[in-house]
Amino acid sequence: MSLQALQKRIGDAAGRGAALRLRGGGTKDFYGNAPRGEILDTRSYAGIVSYEPTELVVTARCGTLLSDLDAALAGHGQFLPFEPPHFGAEATFGGCIAAGLSGPRRASAGALRDYMLGAKLIDGRGRVLAFGGQVMKNVAGYDVSRLLAGSLGTLGLIAEASLKVLPRPPLELTLTLELPEERAIDALNRWAGQPLSISASAWHDGELHLRLSGAPPAVRAAAEKIGGEETQGQLLWSAIREQTAPFFGGPEPLWRIAVPPVTPPLGLAGKQLIEWGGGLRWLKSDATPNTVREAAQRAKGHATLFRAAARPAAVFAPLDPVLMRVHRDLKAAFDPAGIFNPGRLYAEM
Amino acid sequence: MVEALSLERIDIARQREVARALRAFLPERAVLWEEEDTRPYECDGLTAYRQVPMVVALPETEEQVQRVLQTCTAMGVPVVPRGAGTGLSGGALPPGDGVLLSMAKFMRILRVDSRARVAVVQPGVRNAAISEAAEPYGLYYAPDPSSQIACTIGGNVAENSGGVHCLKYGLTVHNVVRVRGFTMRGEPIELGSEAPDAPGYDLLALAIGSEGMLVVLTEVSVKLLPKPQCARVIMASFDDVGKAGQAVADVIAAGIIPAGLEMMDKAATRAVEEFVGAGYDLEAAAILLCESDGTPEEVEDEIARMKAVLERSGAARMTVSRDEAERLRFWSGRKAAFPAAGRISPDYYCMDGTIPRKRLGEMLHFIAQMERKYGLRCPNVFHAGDGNLHPLILFDANNADELHRTELFAAEVLEKCVEMGGTITGEHGVGVEKINQMCVQFQPDELEMFHAVKAAFDPARLLNPGKAVPTLARCAEYGRMRVRGGQLPHAELPRF
Repeated sequence: MSLQALQKRIGDAAGRGAALRLRGGGTKDFYGNAPRGEILDTRSYAGIVSYEPTELVVTARCGTLLSDLDAALAGHGQFLPFEPPHFGAEATFGGCIAAGLSGPRRASAGALRDYMLGAKLIDGRGRVLAFGGQVMKNVAGYDVSRLLAGSLGTLGLIAEASLKVLPRPPLELTLTLELPEERAIDALNRWAGQPLSISASAWHDGELHLRLSGAPPAVRAAAEKIGGEETQGQLLWSAIREQTAPFFGGPEPLWRIAVPPVTPPLGLAGKQLIEWGGGLRWLKSDATPNTVREAAQRAKGHATLFRAAARPAAVFAPLDPVLMRVHRDLKAAFDPAGIFNPGRLYAEM
Repeated sequence: MVEALSLERIDIARQREVARALRAFLPERAVLWEEEDTRPYECDGLTAYRQVPMVVALPETEEQVQRVLQTCTAMGVPVVPRGAGTGLSGGALPPGDGVLLSMAKFMRILRVDSRARVAVVQPGVRNAAISEAAEPYGLYYAPDPSSQIACTIGGNVAENSGGVHCLKYGLTVHNVVRVRGFTMRGEPIELGSEAPDAPGYDLLALAIGSEGMLVVLTEVSVKLLPKPQCARVIMASFDDVGKAGQAVADVIAAGIIPAGLEMMDKAATRAVEEFVGAGYDLEAAAILLCESDGTPEEVEDEIARMKAVLERSGAARMTVSRDEAERLRFWSGRKAAFPAAGRISPDYYCMDGTIPRKRLGEMLHFIAQMERKYGLRCPNVFHAGDGNLHPLILFDANNADELHRTELFAAEVLEKCVEMGGTITGEHGVGVEKINQMCVQFQPDELEMFHAVKAAFDPARLLNPGKAVPTLARCAEYGRMRVRGGQLPHAELPRF
């Protein structure tokens, strides 16, 4: 489908007041409140628009397969530093940005939003709007392209986006240490204050895995300092990122709890996997949504009902009235007829 | 740059009324209206624009800030927040009919948490003071704009400030994790979190770089990083500016992200050398400063790789800093570029466009053409690593014709940035200064959306009104003005 055809389709839906469910490969259908509306398949608007390795910037259309993008970058020794989860071979670039999810490297390299440079959006009036650009530094106008990261397609169809990319680190290795939860959290925070090249961490069931990345001499020196046993890491990190590791199996709901990394063990029932130096606590638990949300809030964080067979509660933590009003007013500005993924982020919008 | 605004006359009756309303909850010394007291606030770092504010408010507590905003909202009075006033785009230019809200008294560092690697500070805290407070823990705050000894974190958030190390360590938006403050209506609002993210839209990203037009901050949480154990910088000379530009691309292509990658042309190195004696190669057409930081092992490895690349790219000479004193000396010249320009010329006008790195050489040639066309000198300093240009046009503001030529020169360069796929401002902001060029960079629909974004936070449009985003009427007028002058550049650009 051409950009014009997408615009027409959106303009038509706005005219009818018909809800549109923006969808790429459908790999993240599970994420967010239940999707509804006519499916608008974004996959036909695909392709890498420009990629210049020396500019560290890639621009691609929403329907581009994330795996194609990864392959193009790998061809020049580069990658998306925030390591987005794919959750399936059909994952698209547009879906990746709309979901705004980052992977194991988040704590060291930053989140998807940190790499957003620009976007082309089709808004609820069917207009194509461009924000940001292809350069690293740009303060002309409000930073709307970063706002789109994680907006779950509720502000418009992200037709095209430009991201900053980085060279792959020359060396990566994985260390495994035996540590109980509290001591692991403590150690992770201590290490994060030192230049130790830690690019990922995962604690589960008394075992802490660390990935070190960087220049070989620095990585070797850090590995010696940290200790532990060097293990096979590649499969481990992709199994955590893609949630194919055994931890993620089982019928209980999966909660994503984001907290300040220094937060002591949350003490919730169920099993836990801790990433991002202590900042991300995955919880497989039948605890009530209130119990989980209150524990997150006490720690000055928030809990997302990430995956659940049925959605027993709103997926995202509620907002205070002032923030909700700003959200609704922004939504109304971008999507006056309220057609894009209604309710996917919050029931009120 | 637009011709200086004509001064608004202060409405004395209104001034009394507003000052009286603020005095109801602010002490006498915190409300200024006599001209001798308000005059110091008439401009920020962009001194070409001046306007004495009707009233200056200097609150000390969050509650006072809230009441200033509530009072001004109730009375329909515009409010312009101000930090240290070092901004370069007139973002803190006061309103002649409103209140200049100085955050200067919010200068406390509330918490330095070495374990969480976070500092919580008030907006009036100076950028450099954060790193000073974190230093005993071996931590620092990474963004380092050249004005860091004076500029405040509140202003950094407003402008999304960068610095010479942002290629590797990011801008303010990458290093501020949470802000707290008030909307124009005085509603408390908190954006972001010390957790990795917050629920809902990323409103923190919108607030950062919003030029004080969405919220007034009273608290900022910043990320602290472990201070690199060591850093060394290579000073490389090139006999051609195009070669130097290519060398920048070659370094990146080799998979290296230097901690800093700066370029200065001959006119710039000569100006600063007289001023600070940085030890630059004055024969070179351009020099690059290429820094590596990290552990000693990392730095040694990276310096060797960078030297090899620069050599292949045709560097005529290279000097690697031997110790910290020499490294700081090499940087002192770069950091003193603006004051040095001020020394060799009565006035200078600093531009801030960003272009794709690969077009640096081409842009330098274009600027050289403009120097001839307008008969003005223009030394160049670049954050080459991120393609952010700071050409400094030298002029004499007392010469009306020079001022006019400077404006035309600057407008051509900024519009060239847009044409090259870049932007009119990389880190200084639009403010009042580049508001006309916003009409070149954005379409009417996009500008309209910016106004709608502002309205979601400030429906009455009282917070720093008239800055950063032009009205469509203004753009129409600007378009006509440029055509009438026979100066309309790039007729192929879409306009309306």
